[in-house]
Amino acid sequence: MKILSLSYFLLLYALSFYLFQEKTKAQSIKAGAEIYQDFCVQCHLANGEGVSGVFPPLRASDYLLNNIDLSIAGIKFGLKGKIVVNDEEYDGVMNNQGLDEEEIADVMNYILNHWDNSSEAFITKERVEQIQKSILQ
Amino acid sequence: MKRFLALLFCNLFFTLGCAQENTPAIETPTSVNYSYETIVGDIDIPWGMAFIDNNELLVTESSGILYHVLNGKKTSIEGLPEIYVRGQGGLLDVALHPDFTNNKIIYLTLAATLGGEQGGNTSLYKAKLVDQHLEEVALLYKATPNTKKGQHFGSRIAFDDQGHVYFSVGDRGNRDENPQDITRDGGKIYRLNLDGSIPDDNPFVSNPEAKHAVFSYGHRNPQGMTVHPKTGAIWVNEHGPQGGDEINEIRKGKNFGWPVITYGINYSGTPITDKTSDPTMEQPFYYWVPSIAPSGMAFSTSGIYKDWQDNLFVGSLKFQYLERLVIQEDKVVKREKVLDKIGRVRNVKEGPDGFLYVAVEGKGILKIIPQG
Repeated sequence: MKILSLSYFLLLYALSFYLFQEKTKAQSIKAGAEIYQDFCVQCHLANGEGVSGVFPPLRASDYLLNNIDLSIAGIKFGLKGKIVVNDEEYDGVMNNQGLDEEEIADVMNYILNHWDNSSEAFITKERVEQIQKSILQ
Repeated sequence: MKRFLALLFCNLFFTLGCAQENTPAIETPTSVNYSYETIVGDIDIPWGMAFIDNNELLVTESSGILYHVLNGKKTSIEGLPEIYVRGQGGLLDVALHPDFTNNKIIYLTLAATLGGEQGGNTSLYKAKLVDQHLEEVALLYKATPNTKKGQHFGSRIAFDDQGHVYFSVGDRGNRDENPQDITRDGGKIYRLNLDGSIPDDNPFVSNPEAKHAVFSYGHRNPQGMTVHPKTGAIWVNEHGPQGGDEINEIRKGKNFGWPVITYGINYSGTPITDKTSDPTMEQPFYYWVPSIAPSGMAFSTSGIYKDWQDNLFVGSLKFQYLERLVIQEDKVVKREKVLDKIGRVRNVKEGPDGFLYVAVEGKGILKIIPQG
């Protein structure tokens, strides 16, 4: 009986761990790759190179790598008006894509760590939740 | 001989190295005989437009706003159905009933969830425009199933002169299942009667499994649609994959090939199929290599513009110009940039006054004015 209840609690413990665990960074990047193919690749292209003067690059993009919160806000709320990326000016419109906070975190982790990009940062759903539209002004 | 070999090598290199640009090559005129003025500004993604009168029109903003524009002043129309805004989906096209003057009925395409599973799909609505709000809002068609995919909702609306409304739905990011299967929605041009009922002579009504509203299939993402001014046929342009955007003249019950035949390749550079033709499938009227990302479509019929009579106009989202295509004997013989570098061109229409109106993302609606 003792063994039975012990194994029951052990199982419960393992199950809760399995159900409530946070995604690892690698899992988030993997999920982000799928989001990227679905929502981003048409404009920013398969290698993140964008189109000069029209769609800013994500690969080796100083704007992205140095302004993580602004980049999150751009995806979360949409982005329009002038930005400068790698010394080139862009003045377009990126629609709010309707992604939820977890999807935004995933795609951020992907673009921050794919191609030749790498970032120490691990973007979480909680960080995306905290980003306010006001930082874009 | 050496020179010949060098030439041959060059030729081979270019043939193998990149997909050939489809002819005729796009031209950039050195001087232009037109200017433009902004008739309404400050609209992020002006997706659809429909003219009520010379100075009065409806404009959709894809995030979910329907504008009524009168003499350049815009107000929002209330009473829209719930809109699913995700990826390329949102509020899409708007069109007036052929008898709008008397019945005030408009049609809208938009992405909708409407209960059921998560996600959304393209729907066609009809409603009555009363002052600044919509009444008698009725759903005429809803593509299924819902999906959280962000791509390829279509959608444009057009009418023939026999009491039909046509609209497009893209493949919804499911090219392997949707476009070639007439029992599924997506990757289709649809035809309904103006009240939303299914025409008795639609091509697949005798097949109990089929979606009876389907008029043609094998499409990828049609975002331009107009009626040919002389033949009355429905003309469509659609986004292909990389390389392989198409103009198609829609014919009843026909298969336009996607993804079995295409001139395009995946965004990653890998091939989709090695076939560009099949005896059971329609060839495009024209295809663009490289892709221009076409959106919106209109013929110029008014004679207001010198040399532009009966030319076809298509917006380029990718290269940020309006493309003018000269057609002779069922062939595109010349392509030219109009309003070069103006911004992402989402839509083009010929107004009731005969001028061409161009919708540009981040700007608004521009009117092209001839000079000289």
